[in-house]
Amino acid sequence: MGIDTVERAAATPDEPQPYAELGLKDDEYARIREVLGRRPTSAELTMYSVMWSEHCSYKSSKVHLRQFGEKAPATDALLVGMGENAGVVDIGQGWAVTFKIESHNHPSYVEPYQGAATGVGGIVRDIMSMGARPVAVLDPLRFGPADAPDTHRVLPGVVAGIGGYGNCLGLPNVGGEVVFDPTYAGNPLVNALCVGVLRRDRIKLAHASGVGNQVILFGAKTGRDGIGGVSVLASATFDAASADGAGPSKRPSVQVGDPFAEKVLIECCLELFERDIVVGIQDLGGAGLSCATSELASAGDGGMTVDLDRVHLREASMAPEEILASESQERMCAVVAPSHVEEFLAVCARWDVTARVIGEVTSTGRLVVTWRGETVVDVPPRTVAHEGPVYHRPVERPSTQDSLIADDPARLPRPSTPDELRHTLLRMVASPNLCDRSWVTDQYDRYVQGNTVLAQPEDAGVIRISEETRLGVAVATDGNGRYCRLDPYAGAQLALAEAYRNVAVTGARPLAVTDCLNFGSPEDPAVMWQFERAVTGLADGCRALGTPVTGGNVSFYNSTGDTAILPTPVVGVLGVIDDVSRRTPMGFSTATTLILLGDTRDEFGGSEWAWTVHGHLGGRPPAVDLDRERLLAEILVSAAADGLLAAAHDLSDGGLAQALVESCLRGGAGARIALPPGADPFVWLFAESAGRAVVALPPAAEARFTDLCTTRGLPWTKIGTADPASDALDIAASFTIPLADLRVAWTATLPALFET
Amino acid sequence: MAARIGVVTFPGSLDDRDAARAVRLAGGEPVPLWHADADLHGVDAVVLPGGFSYGDYLRCGAIARFAPVMDLVIGGANRGLPVLGICNGFQVLCESHLLPGALIRNERRRFVCRDQRLRVESAGTVWTSSYALGDEIVIPIKNGEGGYVADASTVDMLEAEGRVVVRYLDGNPNGSYRNIAGIANAAGNVVGLMPHPEHAVESLTGPGTDGLGFFTSILSRLVGAA
Repeated sequence: MGIDTVERAAATPDEPQPYAELGLKDDEYARIREVLGRRPTSAELTMYSVMWSEHCSYKSSKVHLRQFGEKAPATDALLVGMGENAGVVDIGQGWAVTFKIESHNHPSYVEPYQGAATGVGGIVRDIMSMGARPVAVLDPLRFGPADAPDTHRVLPGVVAGIGGYGNCLGLPNVGGEVVFDPTYAGNPLVNALCVGVLRRDRIKLAHASGVGNQVILFGAKTGRDGIGGVSVLASATFDAASADGAGPSKRPSVQVGDPFAEKVLIECCLELFERDIVVGIQDLGGAGLSCATSELASAGDGGMTVDLDRVHLREASMAPEEILASESQERMCAVVAPSHVEEFLAVCARWDVTARVIGEVTSTGRLVVTWRGETVVDVPPRTVAHEGPVYHRPVERPSTQDSLIADDPARLPRPSTPDELRHTLLRMVASPNLCDRSWVTDQYDRYVQGNTVLAQPEDAGVIRISEETRLGVAVATDGNGRYCRLDPYAGAQLALAEAYRNVAVTGARPLAVTDCLNFGSPEDPAVMWQFERAVTGLADGCRALGTPVTGGNVSFYNSTGDTAILPTPVVGVLGVIDDVSRRTPMGFSTATTLILLGDTRDEFGGSEWAWTVHGHLGGRPPAVDLDRERLLAEILVSAAADGLLAAAHDLSDGGLAQALVESCLRGGAGARIALPPGADPFVWLFAESAGRAVVALPPAAEARFTDLCTTRGLPWTKIGTADPASDALDIAASFTIPLADLRVAWTATLPALFET
Repeated sequence: MAARIGVVTFPGSLDDRDAARAVRLAGGEPVPLWHADADLHGVDAVVLPGGFSYGDYLRCGAIARFAPVMDLVIGGANRGLPVLGICNGFQVLCESHLLPGALIRNERRRFVCRDQRLRVESAGTVWTSSYALGDEIVIPIKNGEGGYVADASTVDMLEAEGRVVVRYLDGNPNGSYRNIAGIANAAGNVVGLMPHPEHAVESLTGPGTDGLGFFTSILSRLVGAA
């Protein structure tokens, strides 16, 4: 067959085209014809189909995501906001930090190792494309039931993939989550967050500016892997046939990663940035060259020529459509002034990175792509990159929501005797969602780069930015799908509040937010209702806390069979800490007084206790009080700066009991707890009321700290002492458990499940 | 004048900056060495850092040994130049035949990162003279292919000649023969170990400062010799 050129397309208007197979709807195809005034060439059709996919165009979510901008709190910290590859935040002293979270859910189900590995690779390139050196990654993960056979295929592969790729890049992995729930059985959530650092006057953007500037593709060769990754995989629900292997395999749509290629690409980019010879830069991820060229051109002077014959191919027989849609990893695209091209190519050669000039910036307002001397694409780039379809999907609160809320956990039998409480605590700490994560996190390098001040299981990862001034950043991710299922508005705010609190607990001041919104099918009005409520809750919450959303990712079409996943917005919060040597760790290691901050209420809706012990999900999630969260954070940050705190730990899943166990085991000290007179020990130990933390105070700091709380109006309760000479957790008048027993219960679960 | 310690960067090296920091914190002057340059820039000692040199394709360290800079490192080591290989650097030293044996995939076939207790089994090398024999230290390990293996007679020889430098305590993380974490050559100027002393040089960022001794050892040796 001959080449489907622009000329040929104009001459053969009625030639049938496989737009439906490429994921385009009838009206979308009609619109492309209208934009072009003819039928698209097959190369153009490929470009539009990948760029107008849900994954790239945000066509179902766009109308809701606008709230993040409209409701953004005023802040001086934001240097680059939403819409770029990643947001950039000013952290002072001339330093800026960029961070972003993304999903790689569907590929990780089809091919766990490569799916998760390339998820890390993709987010790292997003950070690099801002001109930053990547300094840390975090991986929030969600899987089906811990004991389900398929989880034993998916989890070890995902974890090995994250480690295999991230460790090889030399990026410390400092946090994240591991959560199990049946709704993720056929659709794990593999989210990845990367943090990068740059000087604030060296920010790079994905703009192709300056007519005559050269477009350089550099990095790995372009091959046939990952074609259709964004449209075939990320923008559709798995059907039963493809999931169990009976249907056509989707594995070829998963990209294959080469972390070594990415590592040298990182070093190569950093040298290019250092020499200041890059006008604009864009990574090649989803939708490959289609995305990179159309976005660069659309955001720049509006025109670009690209010659596909100059692209360094892995397989010479690739068709133009394949070259444009390939999602081969470890590639970047830069715009460079002609006078710097030689130097640019020399730097690439020093790092053994292949680089080719493939095009030029023009003022024509058209993206023109040629192949073998023929024009195969001639389009206005904005129509590809920025003016895709926008849907107002139907939104409808599901009728089952009322009965779900009415099913209050108050009806569930509760432990009351000391022995029952003791047994409950041991069962809870050993449960898959609360047990020790080291089987997973020990497969990640947390030390590389030598700047890791805190890493998991601490509440947030803390990274030193400057050895001279000890300036640092803290990052945490959180999300609770059960809370969101009960109330997506409140659930999203609870995720935000927890990540915010986790950052503050380490002594860092929360500054900005990134989010990964994992939901079911946008074509289901009930899912769109969850989505709309969650986005609204998050936008309102960010305004209340003064932390703008800087960017993130939407992942739709996540479901197991016909059941949508729990609505799972995962929220990442970034904070700054002026002196990392003042960070607050979570472990009890010295003789201290333990103070519980905040209010404890009888709140068990969506709780880990209701789920673990009774398999129950119903009622309302814990109440949200963002003013309280803000006050709590201010006190934690100021007390850390003043050196008052020996330790602090956020209270969340599993409540006070879980926090005490984790802090005792982390620091090695026992604790004697005396709950206030009249307190219901079950409620005090296991309720999941928000806005709480436990702090450990050296005797000399106690009065000063409690005076601070009293003055500022933060409720505090003295609950006991930590003691390095004690080797037990003792709940006065109730029960005692030796730390050794707690350690066995807490650590045995994941190895027993996943050790092969 | 501070002793000058070269730190080699191969494509894929990861802990080169960390090794340089450790040299600096110990009081030395780190000198970056580039894999493709056949020039040691007159350094007094060399550190081969951790990472995945050349992607560890083929075998860990197998390609790095052929880097232009390694000709000089190997020649120098045979004439007494102090060389420390950490993790991937240890693998490179074995591939270069500066140290006997090999490092294979971890017993449990998983990457493992943890704070590892070690016992110093030889304070007689130029890299461990700051320690006392029998010192117990905690240093991070992080490797996927850290299982030390050699034929029985080689291991017996290493033991008999006091060339086992550090040994794992409280659990062998990777299946190394006889819990061997690091070894030396016969002259004691070349040491390779899987644990990462450069990640235990500041209490702020490591499990402690137990690793600093590797760097102070060589510096006191070089200053003493000057």
